Amino acid sequence: MTDVPLPYRVIRVNRETADTVTLVLAPTGPATLAPFAPGQFAMVYAFGVGEIPVSVSRIDRHALRHTIRSVGAVSAALCALRPGSRVGLRGPFGTGWELDRAAGQDLLVVAGGIGLAPLRPLVLDALAARHRYGQLNLLVGARSPGDLLYAQQLRFWTAHRGLRHCAVTVDRSADGWWGHVGLVTTLLNHAEFAPDSTTAYLCGPEVMIRATARDLVHRGLPAQRIRVSLERNMRCATGHCGHCQLGGVLLCRDGPVIGWDRADPLLSVREL
Amino acid sequence: MAGSTATAVLDRNGLDALVKELTAQGRTVVGPTVRDGAVVLAELASADRLPWGWGTRVEAGRYRLVPREDGAVFAHTAGPQSWKAFLHPQREQLWSADRGSDGSLSIVEERADPASYAFLGVRPCDLRAIAVQDRVLTGGRFQDSGYAARRTGAFLIAAECTEPGATCFCVSMGSGPAADTGFDLALTEVVDDAGHRFFARAGSTAGAEVLSGLPHRPPDPGTEAAAHDAVEAARDRMGRAMPPVSLRDLMGESLEASRWDDVAARCLTCGNCTMVCPTCFCTTTEDVTDLTGDHAERWQRWDSCFDLDFSHLHGGPVRATPRSRYRQWLTHKLSTWYEQFGSSGCVGCGRCITWCPVGIDITEEAAALHDELAARLRQEEENDEGGGDDRKEPER
Repeated sequence: MTDVPLPYRVIRVNRETADTVTLVLAPTGPATLAPFAPGQFAMVYAFGVGEIPVSVSRIDRHALRHTIRSVGAVSAALCALRPGSRVGLRGPFGTGWELDRAAGQDLLVVAGGIGLAPLRPLVLDALAARHRYGQLNLLVGARSPGDLLYAQQLRFWTAHRGLRHCAVTVDRSADGWWGHVGLVTTLLNHAEFAPDSTTAYLCGPEVMIRATARDLVHRGLPAQRIRVSLERNMRCATGHCGHCQLGGVLLCRDGPVIGWDRADPLLSVREL
Repeated sequence: MAGSTATAVLDRNGLDALVKELTAQGRTVVGPTVRDGAVVLAELASADRLPWGWGTRVEAGRYRLVPREDGAVFAHTAGPQSWKAFLHPQREQLWSADRGSDGSLSIVEERADPASYAFLGVRPCDLRAIAVQDRVLTGGRFQDSGYAARRTGAFLIAAECTEPGATCFCVSMGSGPAADTGFDLALTEVVDDAGHRFFARAGSTAGAEVLSGLPHRPPDPGTEAAAHDAVEAARDRMGRAMPPVSLRDLMGESLEASRWDDVAARCLTCGNCTMVCPTCFCTTTEDVTDLTGDHAERWQRWDSCFDLDFSHLHGGPVRATPRSRYRQWLTHKLSTWYEQFGSSGCVGCGRCITWCPVGIDITEEAAALHDELAARLRQEEENDEGGGDDRKEPER
């Protein structure tokens, strides 16, 4: 289903932060979208309001999860939905993280804000097959302690799922916060990875991606083994509307996940 | 091919019969007509509606109809529209959604039944443009099903170019003035002492069958030679040309050129160039509801990369300045299009020059960018030689 949205039912709404919810979605009938890979996205339609691209934040056999921050008309409408509400879904679209290609290597997952959402299915896959990879590092940045996504799950992964290297930092501290304060790049010194055999996965605000990727290149990671998920305006997701261009890249088709070797020269040009 | 004709000579009666035959086949025949002081594409009830005896005089930012004494019908240059207005229409409904009283949602596709088109008088540059849009809209992993349906059924009659305008540069883009491929029939107009006639070639089985059913004469060497000479003469009379370099590389090397500031000071970001361009394909979507609030529709309409909203991301537009929006348009057209769809996005029709209200000329901008790059590389070379530093040569 890539042309016309397929109705899905909201079976649960998890409030993540003050402005962010996770919608747990299941098909309303026998028809279902093709399976999503971590990193891919769906076009999510709020009835009568519009459609936005949202990466999957968890993939179960019977349900898809989308974690959505209320920033515009469509995302606000989606965040206001309740269990039983319907949405339309098209997808799956775009490229995935392609974790398989990193077998035997250390993994470095760096998330900023809502950017943790598209990375969650990647982390879950890596945790489910720990023996296939070296060190698994998860570095997370949030604006404030209250804006931290999946806080409980991060603690669970650390305590019970063998996630040994998980660090969190916030831009602005608050009462009761005893953790790191500062940019997510400051956490790189706390991570354990061998730059010559590591694959990094980055998602977050563009400034955070740029700063982190450049830092990693400086530490000796080859650019093509830094995978970043980027964002542009999208209307169709099928490569026909022209909105998601970033130079020669059509992000809905060639992205959203692309290698830093391709992204770096494009993001270095202002307003490209 | 039994009962089919590969080449023939038609006169005006042949053209009349052609429109009648295609109409009888149930096709919507579209061709150039004269309206509102321009040659515009419209449905043809008969060949009489074609612009007999009208030519055009064009310049950057200027377009005028001029009467012709020879009565020629295909002696005009590209008008304000292109065939995308029919194959990739300005506004199209995609689907509708209804919400039931129990909160259920049903969504159904709402594509209109595609018309079976016949396009009469397609310029070689526009033939190329159709091929470009074919690759964009149907050549990838996903197909634009509406476009595909309209395109598959369309019958294309090319009119080779014998009267190029001052803004034409198809020769330098390799897309004209001759029609080589991609048509069902190709016509070349000949007006001389031997009369007003059309040298016709079939480009497909369907074209050959249609041609054989029309009143025609067998091809004579004189007409064929005159047709060939007229097209060859047109080749030497192009009003403009792109600089003879790899435009793809030129644009890739020019992202930070100062020329963008110069053109941005003139560009009104009106989007005219994107509307008249026969390959510009960008669209946006509109979601509308009726008064009950339980019926919603999704429409697709043309969009322009010159619109501020085009690159809107939470927080504002990515391309806020006219400089970046003009650069996006030109680099996409001439360079990044290759990476995305395997060819240039420019066919040299000259419409963007003619219909730019301030007369910005894509060939002049490309030439200026080329000069700037050449000067920059010269400077860098001199610095390398003189300064003795060991910086790497700039990549070409």
